[in-house]
Amino acid sequence: MKPALEIKNLCKSYASSNVVDHLSFSIAPGEVFGLLGPNGAGKSTTINMISGVTRIDAGELNIFGHTVTPQAPVVPKARRLTGIMHQEIVADPFFTIEQALVLHPGFFGIKRDPRWHEYLIERLHLTPHIHKEMHQLSGGLKRRFMLAKALIHKPRLLILDEPTAGVDVELRHTLWDFIRDINATGTSILLTTHYLEEAQHMCDRIAILKDGKLVALEKTTKLMQCERTRSFSLHLRQTLKQVPKILHPFEPRLEQNGTRITLKTGPAEDIGTILTQLAAIDVVVHDITSTGPSLEEIFLRLTQP
Amino acid sequence: MHFYSNDHEFSSVRAFVTLLRKEVRRFLRVWIQTLITPILIASLYLFVFGATLGERISVVDGFSYAQFVIPGLILMGVINNSFSNTSSSLFMSRHLGSIADLLVMPLSSKQIVAAYTLAGMVRGLLVGGAVGLISTQFAVLPWVYPWYAVLMAVIASMLFSLLGLIAGTFANSFDGLSLYINFVILPLVFLGGVFYPISILPPFWRHVSQCNPLFYILDGFRHTLLGVGDISMGLAFLLSGGLTLMLMGVTIHLLEHSKRFRA
Repeated sequence: MKPALEIKNLCKSYASSNVVDHLSFSIAPGEVFGLLGPNGAGKSTTINMISGVTRIDAGELNIFGHTVTPQAPVVPKARRLTGIMHQEIVADPFFTIEQALVLHPGFFGIKRDPRWHEYLIERLHLTPHIHKEMHQLSGGLKRRFMLAKALIHKPRLLILDEPTAGVDVELRHTLWDFIRDINATGTSILLTTHYLEEAQHMCDRIAILKDGKLVALEKTTKLMQCERTRSFSLHLRQTLKQVPKILHPFEPRLEQNGTRITLKTGPAEDIGTILTQLAAIDVVVHDITSTGPSLEEIFLRLTQP
Repeated sequence: MHFYSNDHEFSSVRAFVTLLRKEVRRFLRVWIQTLITPILIASLYLFVFGATLGERISVVDGFSYAQFVIPGLILMGVINNSFSNTSSSLFMSRHLGSIADLLVMPLSSKQIVAAYTLAGMVRGLLVGGAVGLISTQFAVLPWVYPWYAVLMAVIASMLFSLLGLIAGTFANSFDGLSLYINFVILPLVFLGGVFYPISILPPFWRHVSQCNPLFYILDGFRHTLLGVGDISMGLAFLLSGGLTLMLMGVTIHLLEHSKRFRA
């Protein structure tokens, strides 16, 4: 089966600065792929090259078998199969939601499907607002409209550039539920987000960019296993004035007026041994909480200078 | 729900027609600003030059001043509105960021230029047609070559729609856009012979006016309506048509290669 998206040695530079530097990866049909990175890492530039907003300097990309190169930048069938929800609110102020959604499938050369049109409006709770013009919409409504617009021509590759930036928690969950449903129909999704917890839960695979280059590309579960550091909070019976010497190798922090110590341990450390050593110096632990590695920690480790 | 439509449903023509429809609807939605206002301004010109001065001055033998000036006023409506439509539409979409919607469409630069240009032509010709109709209240023109007149109006609207696209691509601000209108279009119109035949100018200024491409369009259009002009009608069509084709090539090249359009 042809990949939904295949990128080979993609390059883009602005004023002799390489924003995207020989980037290569592919997305399988039906996959949710997260493209993460700090601000300025080249995520939006990559997405803009895939969608056609920005030219490719070098390399090529392939969307369901349709190849786009610097020499052949406009490949109608590739464009028709791609839908993008931009990071910025992109909307023509001259039209209402309804008028824009009626026109939009035609821009991609397909007939409007009235049932799909109604479904999107209903699922994204746009029904009471369809006759509103863009300047009358709240930030959340604009986001929902942008998602409807990205999907109205039934793309098979959906690109979401920071889709939940600046929206409240309830709407964020509504959007993610809807995106999961869209993905369940077989639509491949390329996602960028700064909400790493969401990327961790939504994406099958994650790529991390730094300075336009790929620094990680793994299945989400495997990426999480790479980071073996675990955090422990030891809740004490007594109050300590200083951290016992035996805990110094584990980046300890004395908290809650000396009644809690947090530690970070590597895969080789045995927490049982640490507790025994503490008991030997009369430090009594009455409760332990532990947290596994988070994508945020992995992200910071890979992207910090 | 059956999610995917068949890929064979894709039609490049449908994409082009939808963009054209959108561009026409864009100016129809603000019709008071885009149609009524320019028609009103042209009507005021017609009143001044038709009802007041028109019968008292004559600059061309056999015709009143009103008859002389009406072709120029019709063409002024065509030119200004064709230019304004494409320049403001492209500049606004660059300014507001909605150009991203245009850039992701499965359309070539040629198709984008064609859709924007046709929409600009529709607006220009609607205003020009309305001015022509209103002008019948002030003077009757002989319409010597009616089809050639329509053809020249079409050429003028196309040429200035294309110029509008170029201006919309290069303008960096609303001020910048108004510079093109005030310092390029307005002098071209006023010094191109809308209000006087260049034959009455001193030789030096006559030669300067002959460098103005609008002069050939205006003179050709007046020639088709009145049957008289400063230059031959064939030369006017040849130069106007040639310039339009050249500008079409420049505009397509610009949209294909300029980083101001696609970074």
